[in-house]
Amino acid sequence: MSRSVILKTFGVLIVGALIFLPLTLNRYGIYIMSLWAIMTIAAMGLNLTLGYAGQVSLAQGAFVGLGAYTVAIMMSAGFGFWLPLLIAIVITFAVGWLLGYPALRVQHHYLAFVTLAFSTLVFLVFRNEEWLTKGIYGIMGFKRPSAFGVSFQKPIEFYYFTLGALVLASAFMAWLVRSPWGRAFVALRENPVRALSLGVDTRRYTLMAFAIGSAMGGFSGALYAPLVEFVDPTPFTLALSLNLLMMVIVGGSGFFFGPFLGAAIGVLLPEWLRFAHGWYLIIYALFVMILLIKTPTGILGIIENMIAARKTRAASAARAAASAGLDKV
Amino acid sequence: MTRTLMEVQGIRKKFGGITAVDGVSFEVREGEILGIIGPNGCGKSTLFNCILGQLPPTEGRVMLDGDDVTGLRPSAMNRRGVSRTFQLLQVFPQLSVRENLVLAGQEHKGTMFTRLFGPRDAGLTPDANQMIDFFRLGHLAEEKAGGLSYGQQKLLDAAMAFMAGPRMVLLDEPAGGVNLTMLGHLEERLRAMNTERGATFVVIEHNMDFVMRLCTRVVVLAEGKKIAEGTPAEVRANQAVIDAYLGH
Repeated sequence: MSRSVILKTFGVLIVGALIFLPLTLNRYGIYIMSLWAIMTIAAMGLNLTLGYAGQVSLAQGAFVGLGAYTVAIMMSAGFGFWLPLLIAIVITFAVGWLLGYPALRVQHHYLAFVTLAFSTLVFLVFRNEEWLTKGIYGIMGFKRPSAFGVSFQKPIEFYYFTLGALVLASAFMAWLVRSPWGRAFVALRENPVRALSLGVDTRRYTLMAFAIGSAMGGFSGALYAPLVEFVDPTPFTLALSLNLLMMVIVGGSGFFFGPFLGAAIGVLLPEWLRFAHGWYLIIYALFVMILLIKTPTGILGIIENMIAARKTRAASAARAAASAGLDKV
Repeated sequence: MTRTLMEVQGIRKKFGGITAVDGVSFEVREGEILGIIGPNGCGKSTLFNCILGQLPPTEGRVMLDGDDVTGLRPSAMNRRGVSRTFQLLQVFPQLSVRENLVLAGQEHKGTMFTRLFGPRDAGLTPDANQMIDFFRLGHLAEEKAGGLSYGQQKLLDAAMAFMAGPRMVLLDEPAGGVNLTMLGHLEERLRAMNTERGATFVVIEHNMDFVMRLCTRVVVLAEGKKIAEGTPAEVRANQAVIDAYLGH
């Protein structure tokens, strides 16, 4: 069977599982699958900022929070879902753009600390600005959306809604990373000095990488709020940013499907390990540690390395065969 | 008389108490291959970096076509038709050879916004293929640049500098670390670029034979200062140059 047939069969199986598997799950299972789709979107945004453009960010969780709070506040004030969704994307895009400015000055762990500080600041706003966010009491009393007369109130309906959003976000991301911008983002990650000398406006691309990645975080948060139907500061601590970072790295930073795999490991795996009762988080932590030691380039990185090694072996065999032929002559 | 493309006027660059480049002036004429030579640490690469906006000069001006372009960002200089290569290899290892070349030209096509909605290759695949053929990299077009040999990467590096059809290219040690066969190939391709396409070069190089064969004029630096300028034959006969550089 050729590689493309294997890949297509695998793809069809995965899509089939995503469509039909949740029909067999209970309410909690459907919630976890919806959460996976939402976290995949957030991780995809971080993958653009970090994986493609090489800009370290520990603030993606804060953008998920900003998106969630924007939708929760506006929906509680009587707006429907779609305008708050749009506003959430616009706000997180603008804030992401502003957060990109420090990246023009500092890089690597210094940039990580700047974004970490931002993340902490946003959490404090969520917790302390009660007049807007209702502080630790959180915001509730808003419903899940409906569109064109179709309601997404029930868990399974909302799951398909998040799956549709994931398809849209993936299509957008695939288009973006395959466009000339995607190539410029990779250039920014691999060699910003050379990119600059080739006319790449590294400042604008850096800001764009932050803004678009953050807007994806905002989009994800805008879906998270109606999923949980309650928004408080707790889910949006630094831990969420770190978890999203782990998803990107474990899945394969800079690989298109990395966030899908990473989010599966970050969201689904702990649930699958629950049979181990009190040990499940320890097993999960050990698994992630071993995975990262063995595959620092992520799961997709090791697959790519295996394919490259196979190609090299085939090329070496061809060279050896050719030189053996020459010896005979 | 050949037109002056670029004028470098009294460039000085200080790093704290150290003067790396000390009031260097010269001009680059359209269609020529100008060599810049000098011992290690004499300020050649710093001079390049000041000309191209990688470093702000402490003093002095860079004029391009009569316009003051001092301190313009490297991306802006590139879009004005001044391209460069670096002393150390600077290709994008994760991109294929063709993708490296498309990247090298894409920012010259339209605006950032129109590029986003334009074709994936920014319409540059034919140009990239032409450049691949010109530098005889056809068998490697789909390979990742990181998997190429050092010499092949040098060729790609040079090809990238020409991709946007620049009016002037600054080559920083193009022969460094390249084996003799590849060096002959590189030299021949650069010469063809100059004669067939009228490209203007400024070349920093330590390989004297390479410089003397390739360049039409040579500027010699020592301890940050210009000590001589002339044809290769004039420079070779110059006593100050022999004392400072060639004699060693």
